[in-house]
Amino acid sequence: MNNFHYSRVTDVADAINLLTAEPSAKLIAGGTNLLDLMKGNVERPSRLIDISRLPFRDIEETTDGGLRVGALVPNSDLAYHPSIEQRYPLLGSAILAGASAQLRNMASAGGNLMQRTRCVYFYDTSTPCNKRRPGGGCSAIDGVNRNHAILGTSPSCIATSPSDMSVALAALGALVHIAGPSGNRTIAVTDFHRLPGETPHIDTNLGIGEIITAVELPPRGFSQNYSYLKIRDRLSYAFALVSVAAALELEGNTIIEARVALGGVAHKPWRSLEAEMGLRGQRTTVEHFSRAADLLLHGAKTYAHNGFKVELARRAIIRSLVQAASATPQSQAHKKIT
Amino acid sequence: MADAANQIPDRIPISLIVNGLRHTLELVPWTTLLDALREHLTLTGTKKGCDHGQCGACTVLIEGRRVNSCLTLAVMKDGSEITTIEGLTSDGALHPLQQAFIDHDAFQCGYCTPGQICSAAGLLAEGRAKDADEIRELMSGNLCRCGAYPNIVAAIQQAMGRS
Repeated sequence: MNNFHYSRVTDVADAINLLTAEPSAKLIAGGTNLLDLMKGNVERPSRLIDISRLPFRDIEETTDGGLRVGALVPNSDLAYHPSIEQRYPLLGSAILAGASAQLRNMASAGGNLMQRTRCVYFYDTSTPCNKRRPGGGCSAIDGVNRNHAILGTSPSCIATSPSDMSVALAALGALVHIAGPSGNRTIAVTDFHRLPGETPHIDTNLGIGEIITAVELPPRGFSQNYSYLKIRDRLSYAFALVSVAAALELEGNTIIEARVALGGVAHKPWRSLEAEMGLRGQRTTVEHFSRAADLLLHGAKTYAHNGFKVELARRAIIRSLVQAASATPQSQAHKKIT
Repeated sequence: MADAANQIPDRIPISLIVNGLRHTLELVPWTTLLDALREHLTLTGTKKGCDHGQCGACTVLIEGRRVNSCLTLAVMKDGSEITTIEGLTSDGALHPLQQAFIDHDAFQCGYCTPGQICSAAGLLAEGRAKDADEIRELMSGNLCRCGAYPNIVAAIQQAMGRS
């Protein structure tokens, strides 16, 4: 780890000012990803701005019947909060599918959205990586790319986003509240992360000096018909090969509203409005779910080792929609997939 | 600020309440809580395994919650109450988890054991695990390369029965 300066702030304006004045500084809250990257010399901030004591730890009702989650709410507190368990169990399930109990106790909601990819070449400073050093080249495209993306890739980068939480947030249509030097703004989670394009070193649409203050959940929580199905190489404490957040609103066997977001397949949570629109008004049949899967995976591009992800994702989409439709969500403790 | 990373920042005064005793330390900001405990307070019960949050050997309790001390900066925990394996005993009596690990032979080399026990103490306090599958899932952040997992689960089940 490099030497760095340390500033502890208790006011968000101080954090914004410090970050704006020193672009090579980084915010730290839980630190579970950033300190790991610093130990590998992937991140070398000149200063850490400790925001862990800012007043962003509340979970509050919004006036429209949604929920506002402070950016510093630990992942474990969020997953186990009664309002999440009762009204947004898809989000709780996705959070509990990720990391370990210790890491979830440390990691913040805002930090989870800021996680960087676990691409091994991003972590390996002896290899070129456009995300780590723009213009250096991508070692994954012709390297070992079994874990890499199949959707939304570019010739510059085929990394995936590692977050489970953001996949559920994308399905739920959550918003990200941001404070910055030009004031406050709000953007959809689906617009928060970027595709790699020619600038894979920029993960998100946060501007210079901007900081996440909260995540807002809309009123509709899909608490009856949902499932978060995560497929990985070991049954716990591993990143997704493919994950699916499925949420349905039903009248009898007819789909009123459908949301499907994929993890482990792209640089950001992957949704297809066409697939979701196509499910509306349809019966909850495997045939319709299969059609939705085809639309979600349309345009998938595979590399030497990750071709299996297309069929794995197709089956996981169908299975998770069946689980959601039958109100039998995937358990994150009892691992049998039914 | 281009030279910031080349300057050596001042040591930062902090206090930590470790196992009930208040300690005052002056640390460079990149000192992890794990290194502060082991190197500055000579509490070597907490182990350094992977040093990347992947193995759980460094697990301690901060304000009663289990965390990876290797991914925690000590300066960020100024004023916090920390419990390590050395602090689980009371009046010389073993913690029920320590006794249960002995009863069930829940270790071989023992290197992961302080982290396993601190993690299990956090698990008991959380009250979320009800059966063996849930114990396994919620202990998945603690690796045991000797493979003592069945006995670790049995030991935790025994301690759950007592608490």
